[in-house]
Amino acid sequence: MLSLKEKDRPIVRKLLDAGCCARCVLRFCCVGKYASYQNSCQDINKELLAFLSQADSGQSHDASGQDQADNPPCKKMKLESVRAGEEASAEPPALEAQPDAQPATCVTCLGVLQDFCHQSFVTQVCEVVKKGGYQFDSLLLAVSLPAQLSVREHSCWLHIKKELREKSMCVDKEDVVQVKDAFKWAIQALVGRELGASMLFNSAFEVSIGFTHAETDGDCHFLATACSDCFKPAKNKASVFTRMAVVKALEKISDEEFLRQYPCPPARPATKCTPLETTCLHSSVFIAGRYNKFSRELPQTPWVIDGERRMEGSVEELIAAPLLSSFRADAFNFSSSGREDVDVRTLGNAALFMFSWLCNCEFIESKICSSVQTINASSDKIRVRDLQIVTREAMGRMKEGEEEKTKSYSALIWTKKAITKADLDVIGNIKELKIDQKTPLRVLHRRPLAVRQRTIHSMSASYLDTHHFTLLLRTQAGTYIKEFVHGDFGRTKPNLGGLMETEADILELDVESVDVDWPPAVPE
Amino acid sequence: MKKYMKGKSCEDHCVLQHSNRICVITLAETHPVLRKGSKIKSINYRISDGCSRLNNKVSGKSKRGGQFLTEFAPLCRITCTDNVEYTIFSCIRGRLLEVNEDIIMSPDLLLEKPSTEGYIAVILPKLEESKRVTNSLLTREQYEEVVSKRTTQQPQPC
Repeated sequence: MLSLKEKDRPIVRKLLDAGCCARCVLRFCCVGKYASYQNSCQDINKELLAFLSQADSGQSHDASGQDQADNPPCKKMKLESVRAGEEASAEPPALEAQPDAQPATCVTCLGVLQDFCHQSFVTQVCEVVKKGGYQFDSLLLAVSLPAQLSVREHSCWLHIKKELREKSMCVDKEDVVQVKDAFKWAIQALVGRELGASMLFNSAFEVSIGFTHAETDGDCHFLATACSDCFKPAKNKASVFTRMAVVKALEKISDEEFLRQYPCPPARPATKCTPLETTCLHSSVFIAGRYNKFSRELPQTPWVIDGERRMEGSVEELIAAPLLSSFRADAFNFSSSGREDVDVRTLGNAALFMFSWLCNCEFIESKICSSVQTINASSDKIRVRDLQIVTREAMGRMKEGEEEKTKSYSALIWTKKAITKADLDVIGNIKELKIDQKTPLRVLHRRPLAVRQRTIHSMSASYLDTHHFTLLLRTQAGTYIKEFVHGDFGRTKPNLGGLMETEADILELDVESVDVDWPPAVPE
Repeated sequence: MKKYMKGKSCEDHCVLQHSNRICVITLAETHPVLRKGSKIKSINYRISDGCSRLNNKVSGKSKRGGQFLTEFAPLCRITCTDNVEYTIFSCIRGRLLEVNEDIIMSPDLLLEKPSTEGYIAVILPKLEESKRVTNSLLTREQYEEVVSKRTTQQPQPC
């Protein structure tokens, strides 16, 4: 049942002697089957003992003397498993069981894989999660263990290194199952069942279970002198013996040095680990979509100067408000791909936005659909579509698109001189016009002074009257259209006025579309 | 952009101030350079041995490195074809952001389009001094009053 082989026998024997619990023995035998860890400690113990008693004394490498030495520990184990069996037949073991009825605390996992893998602890954890009122369909378990477990693990590994190597040519420390993983394998089915959620490695909802063991905190200290460069005091950390630092030091220290400074196998602890308060965490969720702005009096973000609101409303607030109420969010991040002026309409597929927050409720597709409808119904100044969940990496794609994509505009132009249709034909013939734009005066107070070269890919003009025409342009991202039209004191060159040999000004501007196919369209 | 005028013994400058407090220094239409009818021989931004406005370099959003000017700091000297030299002044306190180098090569720009492409310089006053700058200048109405008084008092042009 345990899929242990002949070669595992000396390892099992040695570890049980050293004071390892049944699940830790499985770990060091590289047992990778989840179900093996889900049986009770007592059952696994029984199976291990049964496995050992199958030993043919002729098969083991050791002499019969070894066999003799085995018997007393075996007997002890048998006794303990019988006692544990007695306990098991009664109520499920309470956390405060009588000390003499319980097997000794494991020297490697300090009890994590012994006393915290059963239903009552799982129930305790799940109570905390339920009390928080979170909504989720899936979760992932995060386990944090005291740093000294790595030290003890290392010690046990050295203890059986010879036997492990003999078992297989390529067994390395990394092949040994980690305490964290064994713990998750043992309990996640129970947690999932109790909370009615699936366990997903990429779930946005994280349940953290932690343990401490003050009694053995000193186990790490010798590493500070042996590998002093691994331990740098950090002001915001309680102890300099962080898990990372300890792991690093264990990688560096030689076997000889380690064995000189630390008992092998590790000393038996008197107490087991204490569990920390279970905590829950939702990671950030990202939504992206497209929006249209139909008003010429709506800023992108709230326009507030010196605490005074300069203009009512904003694209950000109109989109965020319904999203915030659907998905219980306290704080949020709103970013958009283009920063259009207040008085510019964004039509077509022109504008992208992204919205992220720490959400503690899970999505259902319908929530997104209904949010789209709510936003669109709330105001005729904006409209959203293609709302969808995206990844954090998507933010980068959006910003990248901002720098590279071409945009199409339409503008209402006024000219000082009287124009004819012929004057406008000239404009239609201009292709790939390179212009140099100094930072426009209207934004110079908050942007660095620089010259930007941009390309006007194509233009076409439609005559309206002697002093007005509609101009359509396709330009490189980041082009200041208004300045291209009026020239900004000659600081954008060439400019439309100059090309037409008159003064020109822009009366209205609309962004018509943007050449980007992300995020993918979502059918209504 | 709103116009505010500053005169210095008839050598009127016009300061265009944007709502974001950025100021563009230009010549007012009553400035002798524009009134005279003679052409410009040269425009020199090198106002002293140690200081040339052409060397002005700003970097970053806060425009570090820009030369800080007081109201009477010279921006440039314009020499007309009649060899009369005029000094153009900052008129306001602030950091010099840029000077118009186009007018060096094409002084006609200054004569033909003094309020747009023929501008002299762009200056950024300190945020806390911005209002004071505005108040130190004349409004269009006040300016026109001054100018009209000038012509009645002194018949000959300045």
